[in-house]
Amino acid sequence: MDPERREFLAGAGKVLLLTSAASAALPFVMAGRAEEAPGYRTSRHYWGMAIDIDLCIGCGNCVRACKAENDVPLEPLYFRTWVERYRVPPIDAQAHESEPRPQVDSPDGGYDGFPDRPERDGWKTFFVPKMCNHCAHSPCVQVCPVGATFESPDGVVLVDKSRCLGCRYCVQACPYGCRFIDPRTNTADKCTLCYHRITRGLTTACCEACPTGARTLVDLKDPNDPVHAFLRENRIQVLKPNMATGPKVYYSGLDGAVR
Amino acid sequence: MSSRLRDVEHLFRVVGLFAVGLLVFVAARAMFVPADFGIHGYYRAGALDDARAHEIVFAGRTACPECHDDAVATGAHARVGCEACHGGQAAHAADPSSAVPERLDAGRLCLRCHRSSGSKPRWFPQVDADEHAGGEGCDACHAPHHPKIE
Repeated sequence: MDPERREFLAGAGKVLLLTSAASAALPFVMAGRAEEAPGYRTSRHYWGMAIDIDLCIGCGNCVRACKAENDVPLEPLYFRTWVERYRVPPIDAQAHESEPRPQVDSPDGGYDGFPDRPERDGWKTFFVPKMCNHCAHSPCVQVCPVGATFESPDGVVLVDKSRCLGCRYCVQACPYGCRFIDPRTNTADKCTLCYHRITRGLTTACCEACPTGARTLVDLKDPNDPVHAFLRENRIQVLKPNMATGPKVYYSGLDGAVR
Repeated sequence: MSSRLRDVEHLFRVVGLFAVGLLVFVAARAMFVPADFGIHGYYRAGALDDARAHEIVFAGRTACPECHDDAVATGAHARVGCEACHGGQAAHAADPSSAVPERLDAGRLCLRCHRSSGSKPRWFPQVDADEHAGGEGCDACHAPHHPKIE
């Protein structure tokens, strides 16, 4: 190799190396936090939630914890997570058009639990915790006209309150009813999957408060996360899979009546 | 030469107008679009930091035993996080002297979970409090941190 060419190649290599290093640090430098670059890496995580219906006792701890942690308005009754109680008539009765349909109630979103006691009168009855599904293909993100709602690189659907106009498109677009307009700021609000907690190595407030472990925060990019065994060993379903939203809240033991 | 320039004068005006328009556009864009918009996608990269900036209320179940390793629940309640009953205590964990947690009503709090209901899974221990204890508080017999009566 002649010396000129070697020199050129060495120079080009250096330029390439420096460019890639600079581009990796750029987001932090732009955000004015160059010193935090080696900390939490969004590219290393992909968050979701696993919910085991068979463990949910409808105590409402998750609802209360979420409101406390995230400063969700207590009144009016808006929720980032809530618990529904399903009552499903016997399967053979559902075959007739005139027969009763599944009934769902959620008194105050389950904030005070479910104090009344329906009898086991031949109907199937169980609790279903609901929350934002942090969809991989979120309808709410697609409809936002100003880029105020987005899926973060680590798979969490967030709202940028400083850009939100309060136009309510996203509230209408969410097929799971997981969004509301915060009456204090008149901007869209929703579950952040406790982004301030999970990026610091903590689990979400609802998982922290759940007494039976019905909810588990999952990191799909972490090969050591027990969720992979959970997903493999249980029959898993997501809500409204026919809508192709790519929901990342994985339910085990979900009944077909749940919508 | 001057006659030729006169023929194209209107073109200079068009170019000038275009330049002014471009300047207005660039200035307006710089004013309205945040500098960090579009780094990761069609949103403001700083919004991630805004979401992270929120205050933590629940300290997490590893924080409590650092001081209270003698009060950790055992038995059936071993898997229940401290803050499931005691509420978010991050303020207490940060400054134990000023933020003192409320004392819980161990006589009634248990029913939040253990009140019998047809909707609860059958494996879960549930009681009808009046029938089970005749209206007496749960803590008359059960220790909340180790509920099984030995």
